[in-house]
Amino acid sequence: MTESLHDKATDPKDEIASLAAHDPVAAIVRGPMPDRPPRSQWLDVWDQFKSHKGALWGGIIFLIIVLGVFIGPLLWSVEPTFIDIRSRNQGPSLAHPFGTDQLGRDILARMMAGGQISVAVGMAAMSLALFLGSFVGVIAGFFRRLDGPLMRLTDLFLALPLLPLLLVMMLLFREPLNAAFGPEQGIFILIVGAIGITSWMPTARIVRGDVLALKEREFVLAARSIGTTNTKMITRHILPNVLSPIMVSATLGIANAIITESALSFLGLGFPPDFPTWGRLLFDGTDYLQQYPERVIWPGIAISMTVLSVNYLGDGLRDALDPRIRGR
Amino acid sequence: MLTFTIRRLVLAIPTLLFISLVIFLLLELAPGDPMAQVPLTVPPEVKEQMRIALGLGEPIHIRFWKWLVQFFWIEPQVLIDHILGTRFSTGDPRVISWQTRSPVMDIVVQRIPQTLWVVGTAYVVGILIALPIGIYSAYRQYSWFDQAGTFVSMIGFSVPPFFSGVLVIVIFSVNLGWFPSIYDTTLQVVDWASFRQQLMQMVLPVMVLALQITAQISRFMRASMLDNLNQDYVRTARAKGLSEYTVVMLHVLRNSMIPVVTVIALGVPSIFGGAIITEQVFKVNGIGQLLIGAIQANDLPMVQTLAFIFAVLIVLFNLIADVLYGILDPRIRYD
Repeated sequence: MTESLHDKATDPKDEIASLAAHDPVAAIVRGPMPDRPPRSQWLDVWDQFKSHKGALWGGIIFLIIVLGVFIGPLLWSVEPTFIDIRSRNQGPSLAHPFGTDQLGRDILARMMAGGQISVAVGMAAMSLALFLGSFVGVIAGFFRRLDGPLMRLTDLFLALPLLPLLLVMMLLFREPLNAAFGPEQGIFILIVGAIGITSWMPTARIVRGDVLALKEREFVLAARSIGTTNTKMITRHILPNVLSPIMVSATLGIANAIITESALSFLGLGFPPDFPTWGRLLFDGTDYLQQYPERVIWPGIAISMTVLSVNYLGDGLRDALDPRIRGR
Repeated sequence: MLTFTIRRLVLAIPTLLFISLVIFLLLELAPGDPMAQVPLTVPPEVKEQMRIALGLGEPIHIRFWKWLVQFFWIEPQVLIDHILGTRFSTGDPRVISWQTRSPVMDIVVQRIPQTLWVVGTAYVVGILIALPIGIYSAYRQYSWFDQAGTFVSMIGFSVPPFFSGVLVIVIFSVNLGWFPSIYDTTLQVVDWASFRQQLMQMVLPVMVLALQITAQISRFMRASMLDNLNQDYVRTARAKGLSEYTVVMLHVLRNSMIPVVTVIALGVPSIFGGAIITEQVFKVNGIGQLLIGAIQANDLPMVQTLAFIFAVLIVLFNLIADVLYGILDPRIRYD
C-alpha cells in the first residue's frame, strides 16, 4: 500500500528496504534496525521540557499573558485613553472589571495596552541584545585575532554603571528622537536601543565560550577540509550548535528588558504619561497608594508574573536543550 | 601574590579611563543644551559668555583633560586638606554643580552616609540569611526546604524592587501601621527612643533590598555547595569517621565559600545601582536620589560625577573580587 505511494527511484531508503526483504545477505549487511521510529532532536527536547513542571507552567502562563495583552483588546474594546470623568475612582464592577483610575479610564484596558508595550519592548530589546551578543560572541570565538580586543570591550561594557547610564541616555536623547520619530516611536526606539546596547555582554561571553569549544571539534575540521568558507562555516555549522545557549539567554533577556523598562518608567524617565506601560501604571498608582492600593498591585503582579514565568521557562529550556541532562 | 595584585591594579587604570571617556562623551555628544533653561530675552552674546564661564568654549579633548584633572588631582587634594587640615587645594577649580553652585563632591559626601547605612545593613542582613539557606538547600537537595528556597529566590529575582517596595508599604505601613513608609533622614540618634525610631524606619527598605540579595547569594551558595559535596575529599573525610557537622561545616563549606566570597564582592556595586530605585520608593535621601534629582534638573557635572563614582565602585570591587579569589584559591594566581 505505502510502497505504491512512494516513488522508488527517488527514495533510496525504500529501495534498500525492499531489497532486504528478498535478499538475506543484504539484511545482515544492513545491521539491526531500530524498532522505534526515528525521533527528531526537537521531540527529545520537548519531552525533557515537558518533564520540568515549572518550565511547562512558566511557558503556559507566559503564553496566556502574551495572548491576553494582544488578543484581549479585540474582545474588550474600551479605549485605554478614553476619559470618563464621571465614573472616576470606581472599584471593580461589571462595566470595569479592574475599576477605573482618577480620570475615569478603564484599568483593564490600560493594563492590556500597557502589557502590549511592555512585552513588545521586552521582545525587541531582547532581539537587539541577542543579535549584538551572538555576533560579538561568534566573531570573538571564531577569529582568534579579534578575540582579545572584543573580549576586552565586553569587560569594559560590563564595568559600566548600567542603570545610571540608562537614565542619562533617557535624559539626553529623548528630545531629538521625539522630534525625529514622534513621541511614541521615538521613546520606543530609545528604550529598546538603550536596553539592547547595555545588555548584550552575558550572551556574548557564553556564546564565545561555546564557539571556542566547537571550533576544536572534528566536524568543523571536516567542513574546513572540504573548503567551506568562513561565512558558510558560521551560518551552517557554528550557529546551529550554539542555538541552545542563545535561546536560554533570550528568555532571560526578555525578563531583564521588561524589568528595566518598568524601572525606567517607574523613575519617570520612560514612556510619556498618556502612553501606558506596566511600569508607568505602577508609577501613577503610587500616588493613590493609601486609598486604592489595587492600582499598584495589578501592574506589579503583571510584571512579576511575566518575569517569573519567563525565568522558569528559561530554567526548563536550559535543562531541555542540554543533551547531557536530557538522557536522564 | 603582590605581582598579581599589582598587575590587576595596572589593568584597572585603562578601564577607568575608558569608562570616564564613555561617560564624558555620552554627555558631550548628546544634543542637550545647558543654556536651554535660560530665558529667551537673554541676548545671544551674553549666552555665549555664560557658556564660556561654564567651561563649554574649549575643544572636547581639553575639557576631558580638565575634568580628569579636577576629578583625580584636585578632589583628592581637597580630601587630604579636609582630613589633615593642610592647604593644598586652595584656589584650585573644583567640579561645580549647575544646580546648587557648590562643589559636587561636598554634596555627595553629605548624601553617602544615608545610602551606606541602608544598603550596608541590607547587604549584611541578606548575606546572613542567604548563607544558611544555601547550605541547607544543598545538603538536602530536592527536599521541600530546597524547593521552597528555589521558589523564594525565583520570586526575589522576578519581583522588581519598585513593586516589592510598594507592596511592603501597602502591607506593613498602610494596612498594619507597624513601620513608617518614609525614611526620615533628619533624624538624629541621641537616645534609645530615636535609635528605635531609626531601626523602625530602616526595616522596610532593608527588607526589600535584602530579599534580592538573599535570592542571588543563596543560589550561588547552593550551587557551590553541590559542586563540592560530591568531591572525593568529602568521601575521604567521611571515611575517616569525621562527624557530619565537621565534614559539611568545615571541609565543604570552606571550599564552597571561595566563589561565593567573590560573588559577594562583585554584588556590592550592583546593589548600589539597585538602591537607586529603593531610595526613590522610600524617599531615602541618598546618592541614588541625588542622581535622579540631578538628571531631572539637567545638572550634567553632578550626573557625570555620580555615574563615575558608580563606575569606580564597580572597578574597585571587581579588583577586590579578583584579589580575594587569588588569596583564597592558590591555583588562580599562577595562570
